[in-house]
Amino acid sequence: MIVATPKTVTELISIIARHQKVLFVGCGTCVTVCLAGGEREVGIAGFAVRMARKLNGQPVEIEQITIERQCENEFIQDLAEAVERNEAVVSFGCGAGVQAIAERFPNKAVYAALDTQFLGILEEQAIWAEKCLGCGKCVLADFGGICPVTRCAKRMLNGPCGGSTAEHCEVDEDRPCVWQLIYTRLKAIGQLDRLEQIYPAKDWSTAWHAGARKIVREEHRV
Amino acid sequence: MSQSRPYFPNTTSPLAGLKLPALKNPVVEETASAAPSARPIPDDDKTPIVDTPALVLKTADPGPFKAKIIAFCCNYCAYAAADLAGSRRMQYPAEIRVIHVPCTGKVEPEHILGAFEKGADGVLIAGCLEGGCHFLEGNLRAKKRSNFLKKTLDEIGLQGERLLMVNLSAAMAPTFVQRVNEIVETVHRLGPSPLNKDYPGRAAADPSELLQQKGGTP
Repeated sequence: MIVATPKTVTELISIIARHQKVLFVGCGTCVTVCLAGGEREVGIAGFAVRMARKLNGQPVEIEQITIERQCENEFIQDLAEAVERNEAVVSFGCGAGVQAIAERFPNKAVYAALDTQFLGILEEQAIWAEKCLGCGKCVLADFGGICPVTRCAKRMLNGPCGGSTAEHCEVDEDRPCVWQLIYTRLKAIGQLDRLEQIYPAKDWSTAWHAGARKIVREEHRV
Repeated sequence: MSQSRPYFPNTTSPLAGLKLPALKNPVVEETASAAPSARPIPDDDKTPIVDTPALVLKTADPGPFKAKIIAFCCNYCAYAAADLAGSRRMQYPAEIRVIHVPCTGKVEPEHILGAFEKGADGVLIAGCLEGGCHFLEGNLRAKKRSNFLKKTLDEIGLQGERLLMVNLSAAMAPTFVQRVNEIVETVHRLGPSPLNKDYPGRAAADPSELLQQKGGTP
């Protein structure tokens, strides 16, 4: 899932400083699960911003809606009337959700209420960890299902660097060395021989570095 | 020991009651032993009865600051402790409005912020002793939430001190009274909440008012 973190109330207040009537839009998918932009978080932010503005003598009217997914036009359509009623939209979706809404309503100011972080998983309650970089060419099959591209600070593909200790990363002592994890896992599944092959330099042309990517799959086009 | 719901004469929702000025305070069972908040009407009062109370309320002088403090009391401890304090005729300020909750873990940030937005001067969350929660960790969650909300309140310019989380057991009636006095004192020191419409623009309360509040309403 996409993991995001909420901006502070102070940031939100400064973002909507010029508006008196604002629509807060939550997203019911990833950011609800990571407790950043779901219905509850929108409600709490609404209370805080409304009170802060009232205390400053500049009351603001906030309407709140949470839709199933902000990254699909089908769901965004449900917002049309509410967007029309308000001066601006504050999206509690990931970066994709914010931009999807902005594209759908070109004449309306649309702001982001979250800082979108990464593709990750919930490790335990309220702890999220990055697992995927979205590099466009997955190497997980060769490394026992553990990604050295995302989880090695130096993106090493042929074993650990000289700085790693037995279990920890040189860059962050709290982070496990991914190469230790890969070794342990390959050993457990009896595929240590995979480590004997020299892995070629990674082809980064599939990654983001040349700008935003676009995928067209003709077989699914209508 | 009675476990019945608090009785609110004006409304079924204690939060909705906050919209009204404190002429007829919703008095809960536990505070019934304290003196009633309505002022006695002198015998020679010939003031005609006006049937537009909204107009009267708007122009009336709110008088000395009487705080509105919402106390979310856990069924298994604080609510029973408040009940015990009432049975033992212990005195504490009648500025507390008790809301009976199944566990402090059920008190969501929305409830607390909602109370403040509607003009509450303080919020007390009273849960079981740590390790003694009937639902194992509801009070620990409430503690984390209240710490988070204190920071939020500070950030938006409403003092985080107005929110107090306390832990006690069902037998600790004196502690309940002491904690209630604590939050009442804190709120009187800070003055009315800037969002309390009854006291617009009022600064911190007069110290003499504070003394008057100590040890219960005379």
